[in-house]
Amino acid sequence: MTQDLPQRHVFQGKLLGRELAVWRAEDEFVNVWENRCLHRGVRLSIGINDGRELRCQYHGWRYANRTAGCTYIPAHPADAPAQTICNRTFPAIERYGLVWSGEDPSGELPNITVLDEGNPFGLRSISVNAPAAQVATHLLEYRFLPPGELGEEVAIVSVDQQNDLSVTLTSVVGVVSSTAVFFVQPVDAGISVIRGMLSEVPADETRIAVLRHHSTELSRLRDRVEAEAASQPPPEPMVAAIEQVSVKLSTFPKRSEGHRAQHRVQVIRKWSSGEGIMAFELESIGAPLPTYQPGAHIDLHLPNGLVRQYSLTNGPGEGSVYRIGVKKEPNSRGGSSCLHETVREGDVLAISEPRNNFPLRRDAVKTILIAGGIGITPLLAMAQTLSRDRLDYELHYFAQSDDHLAFGSILDELGAGVVRHLGLSPDETGAALGTLLRTYEPSSHMYVCGPGPMLGATRKIATEAGWPDEAVHFEYFKNTNEVDDSRTFEVSLARSALTLQVPGGTSILEVLREHGVPMPSSCEQGACGTCSVNVLDGEVDHQDVYLNDTEKKTGDRMMTCVSRAKSDRLVLDV
Amino acid sequence: MEEMRSGIVEEATLLGTLVHFSTHAGDPMAWRAESGMRVGDRLEPAAVTNPLPVLVAYGYVWTSLGVPPKQIFEIPEYAEPDRRNIHAATIGVSCSAPRAVENFLDMGHFPFVHTGILGIEPHTEVAEYDVQIDEKNEIWATECVFYQPLAAATSQGGQMTDYVYRVPHPFCVLLYKSCPLDANRKDVIGLFVRSVAEDHIEASMFLSLIDDESSDSAIRRFQQTIFAQDKPILENQFPKLLPLDPRIETPIRADSVAITYRRWLSDLGVTYGVIPAA
Repeated sequence: MTQDLPQRHVFQGKLLGRELAVWRAEDEFVNVWENRCLHRGVRLSIGINDGRELRCQYHGWRYANRTAGCTYIPAHPADAPAQTICNRTFPAIERYGLVWSGEDPSGELPNITVLDEGNPFGLRSISVNAPAAQVATHLLEYRFLPPGELGEEVAIVSVDQQNDLSVTLTSVVGVVSSTAVFFVQPVDAGISVIRGMLSEVPADETRIAVLRHHSTELSRLRDRVEAEAASQPPPEPMVAAIEQVSVKLSTFPKRSEGHRAQHRVQVIRKWSSGEGIMAFELESIGAPLPTYQPGAHIDLHLPNGLVRQYSLTNGPGEGSVYRIGVKKEPNSRGGSSCLHETVREGDVLAISEPRNNFPLRRDAVKTILIAGGIGITPLLAMAQTLSRDRLDYELHYFAQSDDHLAFGSILDELGAGVVRHLGLSPDETGAALGTLLRTYEPSSHMYVCGPGPMLGATRKIATEAGWPDEAVHFEYFKNTNEVDDSRTFEVSLARSALTLQVPGGTSILEVLREHGVPMPSSCEQGACGTCSVNVLDGEVDHQDVYLNDTEKKTGDRMMTCVSRAKSDRLVLDV
Repeated sequence: MEEMRSGIVEEATLLGTLVHFSTHAGDPMAWRAESGMRVGDRLEPAAVTNPLPVLVAYGYVWTSLGVPPKQIFEIPEYAEPDRRNIHAATIGVSCSAPRAVENFLDMGHFPFVHTGILGIEPHTEVAEYDVQIDEKNEIWATECVFYQPLAAATSQGGQMTDYVYRVPHPFCVLLYKSCPLDANRKDVIGLFVRSVAEDHIEASMFLSLIDDESSDSAIRRFQQTIFAQDKPILENQFPKLLPLDPRIETPIRADSVAITYRRWLSDLGVTYGVIPAA
């Protein structure tokens, strides 16, 4: 019954021999699941309903509202649970104050007009040791009195409606009548539950008496049915077959390869830090967090299996925690939406050590930091560093509005160093950039991070204003260029004395790893710079957005995740 | 042994069969309960016409309804003179024997079931460990490490605890864990499971410890607390019998010793307390 499903509760039900864990989530969705955790078969009805997920008592596996997919396996916090780890779910409908479900339901629910039109009132459910059909037959002869007439001895009771496992009865005493509907839940072959509803809520003062009256009469009915059932051979209990898990899940899983995530951190704080932006504070649960530098990013391994890069916003000397900011991307492929919606305070995540491919020079006479939107994060770390060191800098923060500014408290602390540019159109942004990059003074440096088009415009304006490439530092969120990986070529590894073929469709990074050459990597799309190697010979086909034009022309470095060869052979310093 | 009353007939159910047992002149005897003697009677040795094989080991009387090997698996630590060998409790659980053994082999549940004692969130990770079957056909899981806030009765604060698990018998399991008082030696904890029925056990907890500080009752209380936390979990596993078909449950790397155990039971041809693979 609906009233058996208050928030945070898990109800243990049984239908046709199958045990069910039934729970209501915060969004009112009623979940009806097979009552066993896929891992070791522990009943999920003894689990914890936290409003959004159900947590198994045994190993803390978490299963999502609605889908019943496993979202987290605490024993392996660095790994994402396989997408296919999913409990068996059954459809559920709430109607007439009851939750309806079935193993393979078809057709419509019985149409009980009196309950649809009335104001139903639930009676106490009663369990009967008899087959459902037998219980339904006896219910046709159920006798009761209308509320307010409980003192009478005789009522005229008529059967208004009758379906396979439901009966609608009306009791009349004089001009007073009451309609009751009884549903029989087939729990097992020889066990049923009678769930009764009155079509109208009785007056307050008679409510207890009405409940007691029906409880008494239904108990008598139960005694009669059970006596009859006991005289017959007991039916065989139903056997609910356990659905097999996929072969892939049943085979012993291998250690995950690829990204390294040495550190385990706990989300100790998650807060909204501007329109569409969530900030996270991460604390180590093991060894102390490694050193970071302004501009550094970490790989964050998400519970859904994705790996994403986020810049640290920490100022100098704040190494007890890492802080990151995550913008909710409207077309999120699962990274930002997972962090916004799924990851919560208390969760354990795996992260890489910080890598700095966007280093800050501190020998500049003037530093201009230019942030677009969430591109503020590495620049916040830089601005705090420059501010502490009393170096001359400006932080120009371009955002849609005041509400869209992230990490307001840090901005306030930085004070006059921050210039906010709010609500500008692309043209206005271009004009503002033109003004602030108007003249290049030797030993000035400029750092820019933000959306791709803004970065492109900024770099162009800077070049036109006479800024040399080495003074323009940038970090893209992602590489939006189409990567052409069709060519086949050869790489010679100068230190490892290996020559390898790189076939079309495979990256240099992948080929190196396949041959046991350990290579660091992070974004694997040519944006972050982690997989850079030095090139000794050959012509590189640069496809990344990490290197600047001068570096690309020089051709002595390349990003092995996306860049390839124009010549037939490259010699790498590996 | 210490709970037996000398010369008085006692009973226990083994694999669904009622067994009577007693001691005669200090030696244990066991027989199927069909001699005419009743529980509580004085033992009449002559009335036992069809005795079951018995042996005494590690403070317990062992018997078999079949033809057992002459010797039981070895626990050499039991004979070390400075050890405390303690029987902590025998506890009935409505579960199958191999479910109890698997639970004993499992570290992943510590933070959730033995919260604040054997584990605590967020220290939930089960690091890789090694599992092998030795030449005596015993399972050994080595290099197991887990963070424990209070690993033993003598612990002061949290520590990374080293474990070695050993399965020398389908329904007996041992663990060796870092001893808080002596870094070079290990405490031994055993679980000896008697199947009353396929889905009902009586499990005895055996300890062989380096500990001259704690009282027997403190040690027993600690073990009984741990076991009492496991009991409701074990009684809520479905199916009760351990499925040996790998497609009934979903293993993760942390379960590698359990996976080995299930395969090993299959290879041994164990059919009691399990659902054999098709």
